[in-house]
Amino acid sequence: MSEKIKDHVSLFNGCEYQDMFAEKAKYENAETDAKVQETLEWTKTQEYRDLNFKRQDLVVNPLKACQPSGGLFAAIGFEGTMPFVHGSQGCASYFRSHFMRHFREPFPTSCDAMTEDAAVFGGHNALYLGLQNTYELYSPKMITMVTSCMSEVIGDDMNSFVKNAKEQGYIPADFPVTFAHTPSFVGSHIVGYDNTMMAILSQMGQKRDHKNDKINVIMGFDTYLANYEEIKRIFKLFGAEINLLSDPSETLNSPTDGEYKMYRGGTSLDDLRDAPNSKGTLLLQKWSLLKTAEFIEKEWHQPVKVVNPYGIEGTDELIMAISELTGKPVPAELELERGQLVDAIADSYYWIHGKTFGINGDPDLAYGLCRVVMEMGGEPIHVLVSNGSKDWEAETKENLSKYEFAKGAQIWAGKDMWHFRSLLFTEPVDMIIGNSYAKYLERDTGIALCRIGFPLQDRHHLHRYPTIGYKGGLQMMTWIVNRMLDDIDKKTMYTTSYDILR
Amino acid sequence: MSGKNVHEHGVEVMEEILEGYNDGTAKDRKKKIEVVKAEDVKCGINANRKIRPGVMSMRGCAYAGAKGVVFGPIKDMIHISHGPVGCGQYSWSARRNFANGTPGINNFVTMQITSDFQEKDIVFGGDKMLTNLIKEADQLFPLNKGVSVLSECPIGLIGDDIEAVSRATSKEIGKPVVPCRCEGFRGVSQSLGHHIANDSLRDWIYEKEVKGVEIEDSPYNVALLADYNIGGDAWSSRKILEEMGLNVISQSTGDSTVSEIANLTKAKVVLLHCYRSMNYISRYVEEKFGIPWVEFNFFGPTQIVKSMRKIASHFDEKIQQQTEKIIAEKYQPQFDEIVSKFKPRLDGKNCMLFVGGLRPRHIIPAFRDLGVQVVITGYEFAHNDDYARTLEYVENTTFIVDDMNEYEMEKLLENFKPDLVGSGIKEKYSTQKQGIPFRQMHSWDYSGPYHGVDGFKVFARDMDMAVNGAIWKKITPPWK
Repeated sequence: MSEKIKDHVSLFNGCEYQDMFAEKAKYENAETDAKVQETLEWTKTQEYRDLNFKRQDLVVNPLKACQPSGGLFAAIGFEGTMPFVHGSQGCASYFRSHFMRHFREPFPTSCDAMTEDAAVFGGHNALYLGLQNTYELYSPKMITMVTSCMSEVIGDDMNSFVKNAKEQGYIPADFPVTFAHTPSFVGSHIVGYDNTMMAILSQMGQKRDHKNDKINVIMGFDTYLANYEEIKRIFKLFGAEINLLSDPSETLNSPTDGEYKMYRGGTSLDDLRDAPNSKGTLLLQKWSLLKTAEFIEKEWHQPVKVVNPYGIEGTDELIMAISELTGKPVPAELELERGQLVDAIADSYYWIHGKTFGINGDPDLAYGLCRVVMEMGGEPIHVLVSNGSKDWEAETKENLSKYEFAKGAQIWAGKDMWHFRSLLFTEPVDMIIGNSYAKYLERDTGIALCRIGFPLQDRHHLHRYPTIGYKGGLQMMTWIVNRMLDDIDKKTMYTTSYDILR
Repeated sequence: MSGKNVHEHGVEVMEEILEGYNDGTAKDRKKKIEVVKAEDVKCGINANRKIRPGVMSMRGCAYAGAKGVVFGPIKDMIHISHGPVGCGQYSWSARRNFANGTPGINNFVTMQITSDFQEKDIVFGGDKMLTNLIKEADQLFPLNKGVSVLSECPIGLIGDDIEAVSRATSKEIGKPVVPCRCEGFRGVSQSLGHHIANDSLRDWIYEKEVKGVEIEDSPYNVALLADYNIGGDAWSSRKILEEMGLNVISQSTGDSTVSEIANLTKAKVVLLHCYRSMNYISRYVEEKFGIPWVEFNFFGPTQIVKSMRKIASHFDEKIQQQTEKIIAEKYQPQFDEIVSKFKPRLDGKNCMLFVGGLRPRHIIPAFRDLGVQVVITGYEFAHNDDYARTLEYVENTTFIVDDMNEYEMEKLLENFKPDLVGSGIKEKYSTQKQGIPFRQMHSWDYSGPYHGVDGFKVFARDMDMAVNGAIWKKITPPWK
């Protein structure tokens, strides 16, 4: 190649384009640079922060998606299951795109493509045809439906629609169609996960007289696929049987081998049906499984343990919960892994101890990240969760109050990333932990971002690593300490502190 | 493809596809598929119709067309996704509409601003909340030059009066507030959203006589309309227009401003790139202000040169001479260099191209410049006139599908085994699993620009990178 071809990364830096932009500004009615700068500086002040926190109705850059997307993620982890949206085609396309940009994998979802007539006369006809075509064209073993805000507002009766679809022969009478109500104007994607998981369990579970020896495990809205492998491995080390309810780790990690298969792996429908007969249930998230937990306790009469399996302490809780539920001793291998994680942190924590953190993410992850950071001596200062409820806020405050390193921690539930921007300008921290959208905060504030969360659309393959268990703790610690070192390298590059030895 | 007559093979595939459907769906889809020959002058596809439920269409909704395409790129407006949180979230920074300016200060393109509807808003209505929200936004983002209110599904269902709120708040903040009734259930695809958004601009910008900055009159003033500046497309196109000697006084909606939108009416000629999404405005401006519009195509050497001459023909000899001069002295040598570098690497390859409502026909000639034949194509949300326009560009037997779905795509890939597929994110990964190289042709697969002379270089490089990527030779293990 003779001349290197310039794309957007460098093309517009050239003077041809820079001159063009300056010329274009004349037509833009653009503000003067001084005015822009003055306003920019104002947005960094306490005065702006106060104004920003006074708003009642405006939401800017929230960290949450709507219910049905969470529902689809619960559904896709079951064997041969086609997620299905009862609503506008646009909803399904948005959910699919959102997941695909994160996982870089196909994410099939069917839809009955409701239009204006359905809004007036009800969505039943669209739903019947939708179920029929999905069943015939894509041969699923189960269809799991979620609703959109449209079908919720017009009040479609899903129960009778599914019954009618079967009675009128659109789909076979014995074909499993599970459905959940997932209104977008209530809660967020984690509530949608909860509602859909509970719907699938309650509609598919078949209680028998005798309990079996398995433990149900539900991960919650966990987009780190290696975590599904990790929990199975841990159970294997225990010599215990796991019934992992929703396991997308194969279908969202399929090979490029010349053939596309729409369905791969997942929790078998037989295991799903057998879930009520397990001797106990372990939940790895709390806030995305509130209703599911209540359902399993009340309807299936199983002991339910909820853990937050991040870092040493969180994994200790996980391991002890498994031991308690299965009655089996902690395997030596896991104790070894624990020691290896302690060893690794002992090597690295000097770079983190005393450093301050701004953490944002879903409720369970945000709390887990606080503990991970504190185990390295880091101090969470801002913990901001757009989809955190009042209960989450109270409980997290209570939990963190027990930790020396959380003395300065402020919990911000129901706030968005524009609030976070004000917090970072007025009370800066050393590092932000968040998803890809937090890169805008990194740009604005100059504070280094460590990417942990969902969605991660601007970095590749991070979801393939574990974040739970001792191995996950090691992975997160590695990301955090190395990101801190990258930042220190960047800041010291032209000073004597630009050390080889770190 | 085997030695079989290409057209016969296409018809066989079409029949196989239709056989997989039940009667009702087959009847519907039959009107959406056609195998056209090079000499055909008519395309019988009946487009812009409802999606058949349950087939897994690739389409989006009216909101996607209005917010994601038309309004979203206007950088000095605050675009409110009015309704529940999801629509704004999934479309947040998902279209790469590049825009200069300081984000959050005088450029709001990459922000997700929403009313985040809760159950109480559904029950009691959201008008009061919207009124307060617009005032809050104006306080926090004082350099904004206007607001758009983009309705999501519930707004139209609960009977909110966003027009009344817009009128009242516009007075209060002293800036245009533009309501847009783009609820996702309206129409059958993104396309109606484009139309509704165009109508909103007509009624709330032009009819209300919103003023742009003063413009010095010149016979060479033009408006660049319907380029969304994906990866910087509009800038690459603008460069050509300026080098022809034209003054681009208005660019929309990519990297656009309220002033530029308003000043469209001061252009001598409106230059329309994406016909499908904004022809409504150009027709309106022609009718109301008597400004002519020219459809043009800045993809690939053949069409760039053709379009430059077509545009120049609306101006005097000075522009025409300048146009010929830069083609001969500046652009043609660059085209020759790129084509000689990349055509040998792409010559004879077959491509399937399925996106949007315009791009396939615009890009077919650019592929041809590089020796690539598009053998399967179609649109997500085109109208019948788009299919008629497509035939002008078809030079070989081509399989045409409207509103393709996942099942049909699977059948087509299996039967035609193209060397390259250009489509969207939802189609990318299933195609690549099959060992077929793929480029996202909505977002330029995070590359770009693809428009203009600078863009063609990137386009050629990227298509080569796709087809000749090292990994595609590793699909089958050596022991198989």
